Amino acid sequence: MSKAVWGLFLREWRIASRVGGGASVGAVFFLILVAIMPFAVGPNLALLAQIGPAILWVAALLATLLGLDRLFQGDHDDGSLDVLVNSGLPLELTVLVKCAAHWAASSAPLAILSPLFGLMLGMDAGPLALVAVTLVAGTPALTMIGAIGAALTVSLKRGGLLMAVLVLPLTIPVLIFGVAAASAASGGVSPLAPPLIMLCALSLGAIALAPFAAAAALRHVRD
Amino acid sequence: MRLSAQEIAIERGGRRILSGVSFSARAGEALLLVGPNGSGKSSLLRAIAGFLPLAEGAFALEGGAPEAGIGEQAHYLGHADALKSALTAGENLAFWADALGGDSTRAAWMAALDQLGLAHVADFPVQALSAGQKRRVALARLLAAPRPIWLLDEPTTALDLAAQRRFALVMRAHLAAGGLILAATHAPLDLDGAARLSLGDVPAAGAAA
Repeated sequence: MSKAVWGLFLREWRIASRVGGGASVGAVFFLILVAIMPFAVGPNLALLAQIGPAILWVAALLATLLGLDRLFQGDHDDGSLDVLVNSGLPLELTVLVKCAAHWAASSAPLAILSPLFGLMLGMDAGPLALVAVTLVAGTPALTMIGAIGAALTVSLKRGGLLMAVLVLPLTIPVLIFGVAAASAASGGVSPLAPPLIMLCALSLGAIALAPFAAAAALRHVRD
Repeated sequence: MRLSAQEIAIERGGRRILSGVSFSARAGEALLLVGPNGSGKSSLLRAIAGFLPLAEGAFALEGGAPEAGIGEQAHYLGHADALKSALTAGENLAFWADALGGDSTRAAWMAALDQLGLAHVADFPVQALSAGQKRRVALARLLAAPRPIWLLDEPTTALDLAAQRRFALVMRAHLAAGGLILAATHAPLDLDGAARLSLGDVPAAGAAA
C-alpha cells in the first residue's frame, strides 16, 4: 500500500511540474496579482505595507484555487479515475495523496516565494519569514477545502468557475485567521499565537475531514 | 472462479437500458457482449466494475478473494486509455503497477510493453504516440498488474491487424492461466469458443449464441 501511495504522489508531482502542469503557473499568477496591487492602491507605501498581509493572503487563495479545479478532472476525463477507484487504495487516501502532491507542487512554492513578494509591497523584511509561516500553516486548509469543490464539479466541462463560487465562501474562516496571523506577524499590536493556532487547527481539521467529503462527492457525482 | 449475474437491470438518466440480463462465466472462459450501439454493453461492464448502481439483481463472484470486491479483482479498460500524456509510457505503466499491486520494476513493465510490441516507445511521452500505440500502452496495463477478471470495452479500437493478433495471443494466455474475460465488442476478437451474450435488439445474423 505504501508503494501505491508513493507512486501516486510521484505521478502527481511529475504531472504538476512538467510543461503545462500548472505548478509554475500558480507562482507566476501569485506574482502578477501582487504586482498589480500597487497600481490599484496607489503609491502610498504606508498603506501598502498595512494591507500587505491581506494582499498576500488573497493572492495565495486565488492562486491556490487556480489549479485546483483540474485536481480530479484530468483523471476523470482520461479514464484514470475509474482505475484509481478500483486500485485497492481507499478513495479517501487517494484524495489525500493527490492533495498533498498538489500542495507540495503548487502551494508550498507560493509560501516560499511570499517574502520576496512582501518586499514588493513595502512590508518590513524582518517578519516576512513569519508571514510565510502563516501561509505554510493555512494553505493546506485551502487545498483540502478546494478539493471538495473540485470533486463536486468533476464531471462538468467548465467547472472551474462554479468550483470557485462553491469554495470561496468556505475559505472565509481561513482567510480571517490567516490575515490576522500575518498582520500580527508583520508588526501588529495583537499577539501572533492565537490566530496562528486557529489556522493550524483549521488545516488539521480540513486534512482530517475533507478527504471523506471529496471521496463521497466523487463516488456520487461520477456516472 | 465463477462470475455470474442474476436478472440485472440498469437505469441511466431515468431510463431503463438493461433488464433481465443473466450470465455466468467461469475461470478460463471469455464472454463477448454483443449488441447495437446503445444496447447497454458499456453500462453492463461499468456496473460489474462497480461504477454504476444496479436497479435490480446482483453480481456474484465465487472463488475470488473474499475481502475484495469484484472491481478490485478486475481490470477495467474503458473507452479512455487512462494514460497521462505528460508522462512516458514506462512511467504510466510503472505507476499503474504500483497502484494496482503489480511489479513496478523496469524489467516487469518492459516485458508487458514487449508483449504488445511497444518496447521501442517505452521512454517517449505518451502525447507523442499514435492513437493505436496509446491503446496498446493501455492494454499493457492489463499485464502490468495481475488481476483475474478483465472487463474490456472495445479493446481493439484503433489497433492494426498485427496488434489485434498480438492482443488475441495475450487474451488467450490470460484465459489459459485461469483468467476470465468479459469484452464488449463489435469487432471479432479471435477467441475460439468464447460465449456470446446478446444485448438489446440484435439483428438475426448477430444473434447466434
